[in-house]
Amino acid sequence: MSYVTKSPWIIHYDGSSCNGCDIEVLACLTPMYDVERFGIINTGNPKHADVFLVTGSVNEQNKGVVQQIYEQMPEPKVVVAIGICACSGGVFRDCYNVMGGIDTVIPVDCYVPGCAARPEAIIDAVVKGLGVLAEKRAAMEAKEDKAELAAETEGKQDE
Amino acid sequence: MLTAIISVIAYLILAPLIGGFLAGVDRIITARMQGRFGPPVLQPFYDVLKLREKENITVNRVQDFYVICFFIFVVVTGGFFFAGGSLLLVIFTLTLASVFLIVAAFSSGSAYAQVGAERELLQMMAYEPMVLLTAVGFYAYTGSFRVDDIMQGSNMSLIPLVGIFAGYIFILTIKFRKSPFDLSMSHHAHQELVAGLKTEFSGRTLALIEVAHWYENIFLLGIVFLFFVNGTILMTVIGIVVCLLAYFLEIFIDNSFARMKWQVALNSAWIAALVLGGINLFIIMIG
Ligand code: SF4
Repeated sequence: MSYVTKSPWIIHYDGSSCNGCDIEVLACLTPMYDVERFGIINTGNPKHADVFLVTGSVNEQNKGVVQQIYEQMPEPKVVVAIGICACSGGVFRDCYNVMGGIDTVIPVDCYVPGCAARPEAIIDAVVKGLGVLAEKRAAMEAKEDKAELAAETEGKQDE
Repeated sequence: MLTAIISVIAYLILAPLIGGFLAGVDRIITARMQGRFGPPVLQPFYDVLKLREKENITVNRVQDFYVICFFIFVVVTGGFFFAGGSLLLVIFTLTLASVFLIVAAFSSGSAYAQVGAERELLQMMAYEPMVLLTAVGFYAYTGSFRVDDIMQGSNMSLIPLVGIFAGYIFILTIKFRKSPFDLSMSHHAHQELVAGLKTEFSGRTLALIEVAHWYENIFLLGIVFLFFVNGTILMTVIGIVVCLLAYFLEIFIDNSFARMKWQVALNSAWIAALVLGGINLFIIMIG
């Protein structure tokens, strides 16, 4: 069994959200929903995070920031796009500076539509994301095993 | 000799288990104080096991080396203590361990980690006088720096050393990295420095720091316990209960204070050391 599903640490980034979805993300941490019950912590540090929550659409200015946060997160990692803005650009889609949903710059694993997305839906998406996280971890393990096996056979050939 | 070996082995095996368990209890109590339900008690272990499964990202190789040194020296500190070694040696190894952690943070080159490291230095400056006074106090009262000599004495050190005890409890807040003195890094959502000292550590390295922290906590509580030993079972039980109460007190303080400036940490810790520790020591010296 993989422990990534038991302690998903979160980093939250506000693309160009109207703050509606941000408030809902924070609501998940309050006593009402208390996601720490599932070991979820809001870290604020990409190097410690497993789940990347993005609210709002990506624009020309923060495109680099979103990419950088994503790249700094160690594997396995999952991206959850929260709110219709993050999914497709929403009402801001046609703005001259908006590129569209988060998936125009980084791969997204879960989409939470809604304006604003409800805390229940956000928690649901993170739980879905945990499934993806476990899959990615399993893939990582398989890759590591393969690399080890390859190294071993190579060693034998040298002998 | 045999008991020393047994207690060191017991420390090596049990300290991370008890430390992790206490960390889990800490998180539940914290959550309850905030009106939340809180994570399962084993959550700190899940966290560490998860961190071991993550990809290893390091800024440079030497950083991992320093963190491993930090871990080893923290474990050695507790080892010396539980083997009954000299308190002075214990304190110096602990300082060395902290220095390794600071150097590790500096070596990453990240601005956040560097500010965290500078603050960690300030924290060390704040608590170090009181830690030294604790050792000196034990020496002034029992006539020995050695933990096993102090353990064998039939007089409880708490009453004559009550000022030093209070001062030690005060700096425990800094050592446990609790608010209001969690300047360099904290376990909670204080994020003005991203994660401070540990910003650049991830995966296995972060897991190692976490486990080292558990070892350190048990050793620090061991010193609290040292104030109560007098060879009887009753005082042993009371000592353990007081250790738990001290831990609870730190959680309570953590939840009722906001983070303070480093000046407050430094001034208050030095005043505590001077007033509580100094006066106590003076009374023993003339008494
Ligand atoms: S989806 Fe709605 S609430 Fe959320 S950021 Fe966009 S406009 Fe705001």
